[in-house]
Amino acid sequence: MKQYTNVLDRPISKGKQEVSLSGFAFLFSELVQYNQTQVDNIAELERRLEDAGYAVGTRILELLCHREKGNRRETRLLGILSFVHSTVWKVLFGKVADSLEKGTEHEDEYMISEKELLVNRFISIPKDMGAFNCGAFVAGIVRGVLDNAGFPAVVSAHFVPVDGQQRPRTTILIKFAEEVLQREARLG
Amino acid sequence: MAPVAPRSGDAIFASVERVNSELFTLTYGAIVRQLLTDLEDVDEVNKQLDQMGYNIGVRLVDEFLAKSNVSRCVDFKETAEVIAKVGFKMFLGVTASVTNWDAEGTTCSLILEDNPLVDFVELPDTCQGLYYCNILSGVIRGALEMVSMKTEVTWLRDMLRGDDAFELQVKLLKQVHEEYPYKDDE
Repeated sequence: MKQYTNVLDRPISKGKQEVSLSGFAFLFSELVQYNQTQVDNIAELERRLEDAGYAVGTRILELLCHREKGNRRETRLLGILSFVHSTVWKVLFGKVADSLEKGTEHEDEYMISEKELLVNRFISIPKDMGAFNCGAFVAGIVRGVLDNAGFPAVVSAHFVPVDGQQRPRTTILIKFAEEVLQREARLG
Repeated sequence: MAPVAPRSGDAIFASVERVNSELFTLTYGAIVRQLLTDLEDVDEVNKQLDQMGYNIGVRLVDEFLAKSNVSRCVDFKETAEVIAKVGFKMFLGVTASVTNWDAEGTTCSLILEDNPLVDFVELPDTCQGLYYCNILSGVIRGALEMVSMKTEVTWLRDMLRGDDAFELQVKLLKQVHEEYPYKDDE
């Protein structure tokens, strides 16, 4: 393998390389366990997981914009949402997200839902941790992508029980900042 | 029943569920970044990565033994080959090679040319003492300890520090034979 002195000179991989799911699951479980030792409450834990995800989101946006989209930039709301729901999900999790919906109660809310989030597959939440969701990591990834693409938002992960399904599905709730909606309205 | 033949690393890797290595790489990067922010001292981070790897290795070896059907390794040489060819392939999707055996057959080097953990990574000047992939040394140590081998795993070459490959030295310290919890005469 040719040695490059500068990491920026190395060719970008095609993104076809894979590792085992269990390898990733082990790594993710260590991330969660380490953070559990560093915090006192659930809100802090979710925030730390989200921050870790934010860093991933920033980098995946740069990588994908260059590799998949030929350096084109999304400027419209639906454009960036569909980028997250299809391209980002496909690259990170191997499939497009199950659904993308607009919130009915608020203009600035959108929801991406997944029947079984990859990071939650091997995780069960003990009862005393209440509404904690390791999907906070994925919420952080989405926030990282949106923020760096110029669409600041507050993103969180929630469990939504579904009839007829034993495990609840996970919904990533995206609430865009006021300026995003104003800009969107101006662009017509 | 005829004994089941051990499966090759490629066959197992093709049969397990896989994820994109970039998710793996970026998640690992997030972990290292978090540790650097929290602990600040590079040696502490190295130790923490090794500990995390140890925790993973202890659980990983169960999955490895279940999926690979390898029979009991006759000696340490075979163990090292199995780790390099089957173990690494099964979890990381890359194979390592085993070299540099010493005279007694207790120390060897595992050489990794391709390492999914370090895609896109460059070490800044402030972190020159960091062994970025130290989690791997912990994983090997933890896994081997669960099969009764106490080892010491150190890095000889590290591509992030300018070398041309990743080289791990695995040294067998002792084989701890399993102890039965009950005394013979009871």
